[in-house]
Amino acid sequence: MAKKVVTNAHYKKLPLSKKIARDFSHNKYKYLMILPVLVYLALFCYKPMYGIQIAFKNYKVTRGMEKSPWVGLYWFEAFFNDPYFWRLLRNTFTISGLTILFGFPAPIVLALMLNEVKNTKFKRTVQTITYMPYFISLVVLCSLIKIYSQQNGLISDVVAFFGGTKQNWLQDPKYFRSIYVISDIWQGIGWNSIIYLAALSGIDQEQYEAARIDGANRFQQMLHITLPGLLPTITILFILRMGSILNVGYEKILLMYQPTTYEVADVFSTYTYRISLGATSGQPQYSLSTAVSLFNTIVNVAFLLLTNFISSRTTESSLF
Amino acid sequence: MTNAVHNNKIKESAGSKVFTVINALLLIFLCFLTLYPIWYCLVASFTATSYLSAHQGVLFIPHMFTTSAYRLAFTHPLLLSGYKNILLVLLVSLPINIILTLFTGYFLASKNVLFKPVIQFLIMFTMFFNGGMIPIFLNIRSLGLYNTLWALILPGAISVYNCIICRTAIQAVPESLSESAYLDGANDLVIVFRITLPLIMPTIAVLLLYYGIGHWNAWFPASIYLQDNNKLPIQNIMRSILIANSNLLNASGSETDKVDDFAETIKYSTIILTTVPVLCIYPFLQKYFVKGVMIGAVKG
Repeated sequence: MAKKVVTNAHYKKLPLSKKIARDFSHNKYKYLMILPVLVYLALFCYKPMYGIQIAFKNYKVTRGMEKSPWVGLYWFEAFFNDPYFWRLLRNTFTISGLTILFGFPAPIVLALMLNEVKNTKFKRTVQTITYMPYFISLVVLCSLIKIYSQQNGLISDVVAFFGGTKQNWLQDPKYFRSIYVISDIWQGIGWNSIIYLAALSGIDQEQYEAARIDGANRFQQMLHITLPGLLPTITILFILRMGSILNVGYEKILLMYQPTTYEVADVFSTYTYRISLGATSGQPQYSLSTAVSLFNTIVNVAFLLLTNFISSRTTESSLF
Repeated sequence: MTNAVHNNKIKESAGSKVFTVINALLLIFLCFLTLYPIWYCLVASFTATSYLSAHQGVLFIPHMFTTSAYRLAFTHPLLLSGYKNILLVLLVSLPINIILTLFTGYFLASKNVLFKPVIQFLIMFTMFFNGGMIPIFLNIRSLGLYNTLWALILPGAISVYNCIICRTAIQAVPESLSESAYLDGANDLVIVFRITLPLIMPTIAVLLLYYGIGHWNAWFPASIYLQDNNKLPIQNIMRSILIANSNLLNASGSETDKVDDFAETIKYSTIILTTVPVLCIYPFLQKYFVKGVMIGAVKG
């Protein structure tokens, strides 16, 4: 079957309807493949977005979405005037900031250390072991934290061995954030080092030889060759990380916190969850909850666009 | 080559040796910190409760070895149903996940499709913007999925991140293969299953791991979409035993003693039971998922 050859110039002259018809007949199986995905997106991603309107309505389950009256920005005002607002803002940024401050450099250090290991077997063993926590579920991780931080748990035992006093660590607001950040590093350090190790394998080995001839020791080589070689990767990942600054691991906080630690642990998403369940006022506040999560999403998108803008101006890389 | 190795040996100074040793010691210490919390849990699960409650300090091997914690765990009526439910979810989800991700990846990797930019935008947009907890919940209920296992399967049918990994893998397949198949009269459906799929099997393995681990470890959707305890997957049963302390068994008062017994002794054994399946699988897929992480990161 000979197909009619259409030149580019000829194609451009075609009216839009003809173009669309041609496109559908040429790519009908491709569209057929993507059809279930489009149905999925419509039903599970875009239809709920239509439901965001309840943030601007006084929604009651009995009335339904359509019949609930519009209230404008009432819920947003209520939220910004809520005494909890500042606590949530402070906690979200503090927890996120601490996770970036300590959690971001940790895998870089691990990758640098692994890079100095010449014994392949030892290196691979360390990698396999440090990847392991990544595969442990949050429920299990938080259970371990909870069990080990009890009054008579493992942490207390170790602290007592070094002369400290035993206590329930997770219930103490002073230690909540430390436990959160340390367990985050424990779970992610190995997994997050993979990308840096990949970048390290791309560094030109001749640079090291030249440095050795110049008399640089291994620490100096690490500082002056390996680290600069990693810098582009570090920059990109840091920008991406900054773009999700409000994305605190709320599922983990939900599993870890309790009323005694709300003061330091409660973030926007966990608050949304509690007011959705009616834990604060006795009945579910669907409209307020939707307003809070919309606020969270908008701030996130704003941060993403901002960091993306900065990165496209200062470096070569950007998301879009 | 041999010359370079020889050179290295000569240049290996005392300082360099110290560096190697300290580096190795630090890494061994890190491995210890990683493994010990899990090892302690394993050891404690085989240790008699009486010994454990009286014991102070660290444990390295089981004392008064017993498997009673495991036998007790399996008498928990919801543990087995939890396993059954998560296996059901995995059996139904994974084929859906893989087929839709393969289709999406193939579509996104294809060229000269008029509506591709629009559809690509519609897909990517969901990565950054969603309806929020309540609108999503109301949607699940209006679709009639509330309190069914479908609520755990359908909303997570595809992950955009995994679709990008799949697209990148498909882009690496030489175009000449599909072109010659076109000339032989094959359509896209034939090509995707007969040519693309066999060539990206390592990536499919990674995607299976990602989706599988995601389903296995998820607890949040089930906690808001499911009402009946006998529908809950294993992680939610774990949560009720280990974290919430609101035991799902406390229906009848006479069982209270037994419930306390459960709560104390089977904590460690249930952790081991739900974690070991995953920890046994990942080392075999290590070289594949390392590749997967790299692909995903190239185009974030």
